[in-house]
Amino acid sequence: MTAILETHDLHVYYGKHEALKGIDLSFEEKGITALIGPSGSSKSTYLRTLNRMNDLIPNVTITGDIAFRGQNIYAPQTDLVTLRKEIGMVFQQPNPFPFSIYDNVAFGLKLAGSQQREQLDEIVETSLKQAAVWDEVKDHLHESALSLSGGQQQRVCIARVLAVSPEIILLDEPTSALDPISSSQIEATLLKLRTDYTIITVTHNLQQASRIADRTAFFMDGEIVEVDDTKKIFMNPAKKATEDYISGRFG
Amino acid sequence: MRRLFDEELDELDNGFTEMGILVSNVVQQSVDAFINHDRAAAQQIIDHDHDINEREIRLESKSFEIIALYQPVTTDLREVVTILKAVSDLERAGDHARNIAYATIEVKGNTRVASIESQIAQMGQLTTDMVKRAIQAYVDKDEVAAKDLVTINDQLIDFHDQIMRESYDQITKDSEVLIAAMNYNRVAGDLIRIADYLTNVGEWIVYLKTGKIIELKLMK
Repeated sequence: MTAILETHDLHVYYGKHEALKGIDLSFEEKGITALIGPSGSSKSTYLRTLNRMNDLIPNVTITGDIAFRGQNIYAPQTDLVTLRKEIGMVFQQPNPFPFSIYDNVAFGLKLAGSQQREQLDEIVETSLKQAAVWDEVKDHLHESALSLSGGQQQRVCIARVLAVSPEIILLDEPTSALDPISSSQIEATLLKLRTDYTIITVTHNLQQASRIADRTAFFMDGEIVEVDDTKKIFMNPAKKATEDYISGRFG
Repeated sequence: MRRLFDEELDELDNGFTEMGILVSNVVQQSVDAFINHDRAAAQQIIDHDHDINEREIRLESKSFEIIALYQPVTTDLREVVTILKAVSDLERAGDHARNIAYATIEVKGNTRVASIESQIAQMGQLTTDMVKRAIQAYVDKDEVAAKDLVTINDQLIDFHDQIMRESYDQITKDSEVLIAAMNYNRVAGDLIRIADYLTNVGEWIVYLKTGKIIELKLMK
C-alpha cells in the first residue's frame, strides 16, 4: 500500500531549540494512528506541522519533507486553505464559532463559495450524522453552538471538519477536556470514521490509544522511539523505553 | 521509578512462590507417605488440602484486583496473567498429591510388591525434583530451565509405562496384589498429571519472558 502522508527527516526548530529531530513516519490510507509520548516529546508539534499550523509561530524553522499524496506541502505553490480542507484539525478545547450549530458546520463550505441552500442542508445533516451528534442537535440547528455541552461541541467541531470532505483528520488530544461519557462518544465516532478517513490523533490517554488506534507511534525527546501495530506496542513492544513509558515507569 | 503497582506485583509474586513451595512440599510428603506406608502422614495431607485451594482463590482475587485497578500492559500484564494461569496448575498438582494420600490409605494392609514400590519411589523423587525446579525457574524467571522441564516429563512417562506393565504382570501372577497394583497405577498416573501441570507452569514462564504462548510437549 502507498502512504497517503509521509514525513522524511523532519526537523522543527523553535529558535535554536530543536523540537523535532528528524522524523521519518508514513501513514497508510484510512485507519487511526495514535501519537503518544510524555509531555514535551513534541508529538503535538509534529501533528501541527502536518497541516502547517506551525507557520504562524515566530522563529519556527522546518526542514525535511512532508508529502501529502506525493506533493510537498511546504512547496511555495501550496494553497493553505485547500491544504487544511484536505487535512483538517480538531483541537483539545472544543472551539465552535459563536454562531449557530448549522452555521458552524456550513462555515467551511460557505468559505469555499458554496451557497446552495439544499446542498448545504444535506452536507450539514450528513456531517452531523457522521460525527454522531445529529440526533442530539437536529431540533436546535439554529441555536448557538456554545449552548451545547463540551462533548457535543467537540462532535460539532468534528462535523465542521467533515463537512469539507477532508482525507485526513488530525486531532490534538480531542477528549482531554471531556468527561468519560463524552470521551467514549468521541471514541465511538472516531471508530466509525476510521473506515473512510485517515485519522491521526495525539493522546495522553494510553487506554484510549490502545482502544481505538490501529497503529501507535511513541515519541520521546523529539524523536520516534517506536511505531508499530497498537497490539504489538501494548503487548510486546520492541524498545525498553516504550515499555517503560506505557507501563507508567516514567512520563 | 518504583511504582505502587510494583509493590502490589511483589506481593502477588511472593504469594505465588510461597504457594509453589507449599505444593512442592505436599508432593514430596505424599510420595514419602506412600513409600513409607504412613497412613497418619497421608491423612494430614488430606486434611490440609484446603490450604492450597484457599491460596489459589486469594491469588486469583488479588490478580483480578490488580488488573481492574492498575490496568497493566506488556510485561506487567504478562506477570499477572502468568500467575493467574499457573496458580490453577499448582492447585491441580496439589489435588493429585491428595489423591496419592488417598491411595496410601487404601493400600495399607494389602499385599504389596516391593519391586514396583521402589520404582514408584524413584518416579516420586523425580517428580518432586521437577516441581522444585519449576518453582525455582519461576523465581529466577528462567525460560531455559522452564523449557527443560519437558525432558523430565518424558522420563516420567517412561516410568509410568513400566509401572503399568509390571502391575498387570503381577496381577496375572498373584490376584492378592490386585488392590495394591491398581493403586500403583493410580499413583503413577497422579505423578504424571503433576508433571503435566508443572510443564504448564513452565510454558507460562516462557510466556512471561517472551510473550509467546507455546506447547512444550509439541516442541520436541
